[in-house]
Amino acid sequence: MIYLQIAANGLVLGGLYACIAVGFSLVWGVLNVINILHGSFIVLGSYVAYFAYVHLGIHPFISIVIAGGVLYALGYLVQVGIINRVVSAPVLITLTLTFGLDLILNNTMLVAFTADYRGITLAHPLGSLEIGPVFLPGDRVAAMALAILLTILLYRLLRDSSIGRAIIAVRMDREAAELMGVDVKRINAITFAIGAFMAGAAGALLSIIFPISPLNGPVFLGKAFVVCVLGGLGSVPGALAGGLLLGVIESFTSYWLGPERAVTVSFALLLVLLFVRPSGLMGRRGYE
Amino acid sequence: MRNWLALAVIAALLAALPLVGNNYALRLAATVCMYSVMAQSWNFIGGLAGYPSFATAAFFGLGAYASAILQNHGVPMVPAWACAGLAALLFAAFLGGAILHLRGHYFAIASLIVAEMLREIVNTLPDFTGGGKGMNLPLLNLSVTGQAQFFFYSMLALAVLTVASAIVLHRSKLGFGLRCIQQNESAADIIGINTYAYKTAGFSLSAVFVGVSGAIYASWVNYIDPPDVFDVLISVKPMVMVLLGGLGTIFGPSIGAVILLLLEEAVWRNFLTIHVAALGVIIVVLVLFLPNGLLALIRERFPAKAMAK
Amino acid sequence: MTALLTLDGVSRRFGGLKAVDDVSFDVNESEIVGLIGPNGSGKTTLINLITGVHPATAGYVRFDGHDITRQRPYRIARLGLARTFQIVQPFPRMTVVENVAAGALFCGHASDVREARAIAREHLEFTGLADMAHRPAATLTLAGRKRLELAKSLAMRPRLLMLDEVNAGLNSTEIEEALAIIRKIAEQGVTIIVIEHLMKVVLSISHRLVVLHHGQLIAQGTPREVVADKRVIEAYLGAKYAAGNPGVSN
Repeated sequence: MIYLQIAANGLVLGGLYACIAVGFSLVWGVLNVINILHGSFIVLGSYVAYFAYVHLGIHPFISIVIAGGVLYALGYLVQVGIINRVVSAPVLITLTLTFGLDLILNNTMLVAFTADYRGITLAHPLGSLEIGPVFLPGDRVAAMALAILLTILLYRLLRDSSIGRAIIAVRMDREAAELMGVDVKRINAITFAIGAFMAGAAGALLSIIFPISPLNGPVFLGKAFVVCVLGGLGSVPGALAGGLLLGVIESFTSYWLGPERAVTVSFALLLVLLFVRPSGLMGRRGYE
Repeated sequence: MRNWLALAVIAALLAALPLVGNNYALRLAATVCMYSVMAQSWNFIGGLAGYPSFATAAFFGLGAYASAILQNHGVPMVPAWACAGLAALLFAAFLGGAILHLRGHYFAIASLIVAEMLREIVNTLPDFTGGGKGMNLPLLNLSVTGQAQFFFYSMLALAVLTVASAIVLHRSKLGFGLRCIQQNESAADIIGINTYAYKTAGFSLSAVFVGVSGAIYASWVNYIDPPDVFDVLISVKPMVMVLLGGLGTIFGPSIGAVILLLLEEAVWRNFLTIHVAALGVIIVVLVLFLPNGLLALIRERFPAKAMAK
Repeated sequence: MTALLTLDGVSRRFGGLKAVDDVSFDVNESEIVGLIGPNGSGKTTLINLITGVHPATAGYVRFDGHDITRQRPYRIARLGLARTFQIVQPFPRMTVVENVAAGALFCGHASDVREARAIAREHLEFTGLADMAHRPAATLTLAGRKRLELAKSLAMRPRLLMLDEVNAGLNSTEIEEALAIIRKIAEQGVTIIVIEHLMKVVLSISHRLVVLHHGQLIAQGTPREVVADKRVIEAYLGAKYAAGNPGVSN
């Protein structure tokens, strides 16, 4: 029966991982840019939620919108001002660029907020949920639910809105979309901004679970990578499936081999996957 | 040949450094040589073959630890260095088989992950590697100045060797083949290039000197731990240096190494807390305004002064 | 006399689609064989199968006594099989002479880069590209790049050369020039397979024709035989023409 608890823990975590990864996956799939900033965006979102809570009493779940909004604006500016100039450059260039930008953001956060781990202790926690033999902290379940909700909202946005369809068109074939009148530059900026929004939102959700520090940026980025390769690029259902799967795998690995090994195992899994099937479990033959 | 002459002159000039420089200058120069080795090595796989490898830190850390472990089991220092290079070479050859069929982003990520995994593995084997507490290396029986000179000359020798390899590689069939692979891998296949073998060779070459440099570094600082020798910046800075100097050129990587490290020294001396951000700014400026590196810029402005390529 | 190239029941599936379906034919030494068929009939896929770009899902391919069915492309190239691509595949930032030198160097005919360049210059003379020798390949016109592709393949000293739509995008003068070069190559004893979907071009140059349609081989023979073949006409022009045409053999 303990396995059910472990699996449940994994699913809760997995929902959050999906939210962490989906913005990253979208940017990679549509702009063909690996956004190394993503991890730091998440951390920044966490900080926004933290300060909103500590100074203004705003619950982190509400901060989803605030953090998301702040990151949307930041992402849009960064994309339009900087990344847009190199969007069709080779991998080496775009990767190095976002890496450099991340160095700037991360260092700035370190200077502004210090590396001290902060945490949010909710004044009115939601207590524990009991579902059959499984105990789950109410706040985490709520966070997971919101994370999945956000992911589904994004999915609907992509499918149903004209912006969303334009984004999918650019992901499928940039040149064809351009020929059909899509303003690819604007779509790129919006997509990147959406990715940043999702990162900020995820950060707000994560702020009640994980300690907040710029040092955590690479950790989140690593998870996003694994989820992308597991679930396939640019695919929201893929990110969801990959996230849940990663959560469960990590949960079991933590139990059997100890929490320190969980990261190594997920990386090993990533390498095996890359070796065997780079396009992921669900994704289309992704961009390189 | 112009290239050999340039190398000989520069090596001779640098060899005279201990006569005019103090220990600080020697240490700085040794660091420049070390990064020159890494940048030149990265150029073999990243510049010539066009495969953006983030594995440099993996090779560096592997070399450092291999040498440390061997020395702690009684192997003398210089043979341990050589074994470290061999270990890095074999590791790259093996790793290449696993990830060189990947292209672009996937290859980059895979190589990045490998370094992270190596770091984790070292962390979790404390009996073998000292784990998070790190490893100590035997001290040399030399004065401070003596050590500074010894390690400067060691790094210089390695750097000269690496540049020499670059010169040979660029003229060789292997170098030609790698350039073909970079420009059009399908055409390279059809023309009779065994792309798999060539890429593996390039990747292995990009590892061997880096491994030795890691080993020398370990002996130099006498203490290594995972976050130090597997630091992702060890993978990124050589890339930036090559971009700065000129991708796929012979002397570009070394020029980039000199410039970036001098820039860093200037910033580090004065702005320690934003040191990392400053590197980030350099990267962004470089990518946006100098996409082909300095050598290309100079060649455009001064076509008559065609620098040794 | 055994054929230089033999295809026996070669097939290739992509998912549920059979791009090449049970194709068998021979190519003899010193022949010029035209491989024709409407667009989408599987001609390029067949070439990709022969050169090892995709493995065949059934059947086998034999070249000069070797079974090359599941060989890697570079091995097949070194055995003496060269091909040009429909969409030209140069090494864009290398010079014209370096492109051709690559062909000489990696198929074993030059022992080092210097010798390869010397051999390359000969081939540039042959294909009329000598005065472009030091220009980057990407700066050539389409016709120039096609000729470069040809020169590169020749530098590989192939026994069998496969030309995939070498005339696509060329005007009639350029086509005449290309055909003249092809004839010169054949005179030197190279066996050639020409893939074309333009009838006029391939008729003037081929000894024999092989016709593909929907991945299947529907006819082979001399140009005269094939052109009058009802199935071929049907494939190109539709059943209407095939049925209502007197003087058409069944």
